[in-house]
Amino acid sequence: MVSLSWYLFVGAVLFAISVIGIFLNRKNLIVLLMAIELMLLAVNTNFIAFSHFLGDLHGQVFVFFILTVAAAESAIGLAILVALFRNMNTINVDELDALKG
Amino acid sequence: MTPILKLALLVPLAPLAGAIAAGLFGRTLGRTGAHVVTIFGVLVATLVSALIFWTVIFDHQVISGTVYTWAQAGGGLHLELGFLIDSLTATMMLVVSFVSLMVHIYTIGYMADDPGYQRFFSYIALFTFSMLMLVMSNNFLQLFFGWEAVGLVSYLLIGFWFKRPSAIYASLKAFIVNRVGDIGFVLGIGLIYAYCGSLDYGAVFAKASTLASSVLPATDWSVLTVICVCLFIGAMGKSAQFPLHVWLPDSMEGPTPISALIHAATMVTAGIFMVARTSPLFELSETALSFVMVIGAITALFMGLLGIVQNDIKRVIAYSTLSQLGYMTVALGASAYSVAIFHLVTHAFFKALLFLAAGSVIIALHHEQDIRRMGGLWRYMPITWITSVIGALALIGMPGFAGFYSKDSIIEAVSHSQLPGSGFAQFAVTAGVFVTALYTFRMIFLVFHGKERFGAHDEHGQGAQVHEPEHTHADSAPHESPAVVWVPLVLLAIPSVIAGAMAVQSMVAGDYFAGAIFVDRSAHEAMAELSREFSGALDMALDGFTRLPFLLAAAGIAVAWLLYVQRPDLPEVVRARVPWLYRLLDHKYYLDQINEIVFAGGARWIGGGFWKQGDMALIDGVLVNGSARMVGRLAQLIRRVQSGFIYHYAFIMLVGVAVMLFVFLTWPYLPALIADRR
Amino acid sequence: MDPVAALFAVFSASTLVSALRVITARNPVHAVLYLVLCFFSAACLWLLLQAEFLAIALVLVYVGAVMVLFLFVVMMLDIHIDRLRAGFWRHLPLAALVGVAIALQLWLVLANGHWQFLTPPATDIAKVGNTKALGELTFSEYVLPLQIAGAILLVAIIAAIALTLRRRSDSLHQRPSEQVRVRARDRLTIVHMPPAVRADAAHKTPAKEV
Repeated sequence: MVSLSWYLFVGAVLFAISVIGIFLNRKNLIVLLMAIELMLLAVNTNFIAFSHFLGDLHGQVFVFFILTVAAAESAIGLAILVALFRNMNTINVDELDALKG
Repeated sequence: MTPILKLALLVPLAPLAGAIAAGLFGRTLGRTGAHVVTIFGVLVATLVSALIFWTVIFDHQVISGTVYTWAQAGGGLHLELGFLIDSLTATMMLVVSFVSLMVHIYTIGYMADDPGYQRFFSYIALFTFSMLMLVMSNNFLQLFFGWEAVGLVSYLLIGFWFKRPSAIYASLKAFIVNRVGDIGFVLGIGLIYAYCGSLDYGAVFAKASTLASSVLPATDWSVLTVICVCLFIGAMGKSAQFPLHVWLPDSMEGPTPISALIHAATMVTAGIFMVARTSPLFELSETALSFVMVIGAITALFMGLLGIVQNDIKRVIAYSTLSQLGYMTVALGASAYSVAIFHLVTHAFFKALLFLAAGSVIIALHHEQDIRRMGGLWRYMPITWITSVIGALALIGMPGFAGFYSKDSIIEAVSHSQLPGSGFAQFAVTAGVFVTALYTFRMIFLVFHGKERFGAHDEHGQGAQVHEPEHTHADSAPHESPAVVWVPLVLLAIPSVIAGAMAVQSMVAGDYFAGAIFVDRSAHEAMAELSREFSGALDMALDGFTRLPFLLAAAGIAVAWLLYVQRPDLPEVVRARVPWLYRLLDHKYYLDQINEIVFAGGARWIGGGFWKQGDMALIDGVLVNGSARMVGRLAQLIRRVQSGFIYHYAFIMLVGVAVMLFVFLTWPYLPALIADRR
Repeated sequence: MDPVAALFAVFSASTLVSALRVITARNPVHAVLYLVLCFFSAACLWLLLQAEFLAIALVLVYVGAVMVLFLFVVMMLDIHIDRLRAGFWRHLPLAALVGVAIALQLWLVLANGHWQFLTPPATDIAKVGNTKALGELTFSEYVLPLQIAGAILLVAIIAAIALTLRRRSDSLHQRPSEQVRVRARDRLTIVHMPPAVRADAAHKTPAKEV
């Protein structure tokens, strides 16, 4: 019998992986964006799991909206990435320190 | 305001009106107009003073009252303009206005060639106003106003020839040294106000005994002693007592009329007058009286010694003034206030006479002031000569002349005093008689007798720079000065002879100053002794010939005759024998150097220290710039946090999330979790 | 083990492994593809949780659109792969520490103790059908958030275009707003000049007034 805790475990590990991913990769901005998608996926999984085990559909509605917003956000994020690449000709995160204090 | 008060108001206001007219409208009025209007003002003041003098002295009235209330604050502060005219004030008023009138008339002749003619008259009339306000006041505030005003006018007049640097230095020196004395004076007035709640003479004197028994907080000094000492410090500045005397010799940079008016007869006597006026306070403080006496004695003797080596005719008379002021101060210290005032009055006459005579000599010799370049003038200027000799005899205390009565009374009074320091004071005033005679007749002999040494005309004396260019040297032989110059001399010579004999009975032995001056006869018996021993003016004069002071004076005249008429080569020999003594006297005991190095230099050093260390290093460097630098350094540190790398920011956010999760989610459930796991 | 559990194990393993590969892949195209796999596996997990609509929506919308977009961008940008990898493993210890800490805490709390619903309830949702139930809830209770979500998507489109649109310099087009704003004196200037008169004009008769 798969209990809730297993699904939550999966979500937690997925989240942790994406955190590591954000911190680890210094060279590729696209992987950063992908790690963010992973984070959202982990959260969604959590919502779905709870929705199933609580018998409450509201969790799934919430996932619906998260999906929408995530899509919008990744579109804009990639647009920014493209504009950035056109100007700096690099997606190396290490080289993006122009806002340094 | 009573009619008599209105009349009294005329006394200071008439010269003031003259001063304003001559000062502001001098150009319109012209030279004649200026002197007419100021002399008229001072003449009115003199006549009304004489009238008031008559009323007060012979009708035994005291005029007192408020003329104008300036300010009145709720807490008991009451500032007013008022008059208190008793015998003391009336005497002073008459002396001041009369001498001022003489000087005004004299100035017509003396300053005839000067471009600042109207300005001068305006100033001396203004001075008359200030001095009269000082002596007529009935409260300390007005006294202080007059005090400061005479100081100001003195500054203006000493620096009258303002294009001369030496005159500017001298005027500044006078003002600043006066200021030093004024610190004490203001402190004294402040203490009076603090402890009496009022500045009115009557109110303060009524509280004298209370003040004597109180002590200043945190000390065991009597309040009254401190007040008296502070007030006397002001008098030391104004009346040029040691060590604040340094300004008076330099004040001879001003024209001779003002040396006569201000620095002989009137302004310098303000301090003496003030102490006499506040005699109810001084009488109750032996410490203050002793201090007064010792300072006066030092001044009397040591300033007299300096007079012996001076070569400028005005400086000799200036040091003589210092010495005589010392005599007056000694008398004050011996509680013989009336004798001090008596000497003040007689001194005013003969010292003004001597100054004006010196001025007459100066203009006759075309502004030559060095007595080594004079001599044998008795034939050419007989009136000046005779009046000078009269003045000199009065000064040294020749029995019969005015100065004798006052000076001998002082010596007598000091001998009866038992205060600490009276022994030294007695020695000083007695020895001073010899010294006075010596320097006075040195001057007389060198100026009027002996060989004529004024031949060289290509070299002019100190006053030459302001000489009118069209003045010719064709008249090489000196001649008597014009009438406007010698008439005041004669008018001043008359009281120098008779004033003493006339006044001694009532001032010294009688109750002339009763009610005005307070003497504690039981504790300080000088006045009592004097009045008891007094047996009449003529008796006193005849008796005087047999006493020590006369012998000393005669000895002084003899020595002067020897050194400066008979054997004029001897002074050089003496000088060669004791060069150190000569140098000490020539440098005026090095007091000027001490002032320059210690006080002025010290003040500059402190100021420089405050500037460099306090302001630049501490305030600018540490506080202002230092705090800015601190902020800068802190900002430098903190800006490293903002690296610009996204992953740094994200990482820190996640760490924050982890911490918060731990604190809120894990920590509370930890015991339960561990328990469950088991 | 029952089939659900087995399927769960497979799909979750696939999700996690592919997630790991996303962040450690050398080639960014590979990373995107691994992300696609990750999402597919996650969608399967969601199916196990009986969220059918959302699982399919995840595949269609997310994988179908967003991931394709990622691929487009990755391939469009001229990225030098070799230079990207230097210094990659240096920061692993710290990152791993933080990640593990977060995961552990999340799991410790959320997965323990007093949760009565550790077992799934009776599935009466299946009677209605997930899509229909979801639709009923969305369009009744959440209709306004739905509109806002639509607005967000609109904003996203406009923003993306505004950020990246490049204009072609050689394209001709009119700008009516500027055309309307033109004033006569910007185009035409009248200069007064005196007439040039010929030398013998004085003899000629003046022109007739018209």
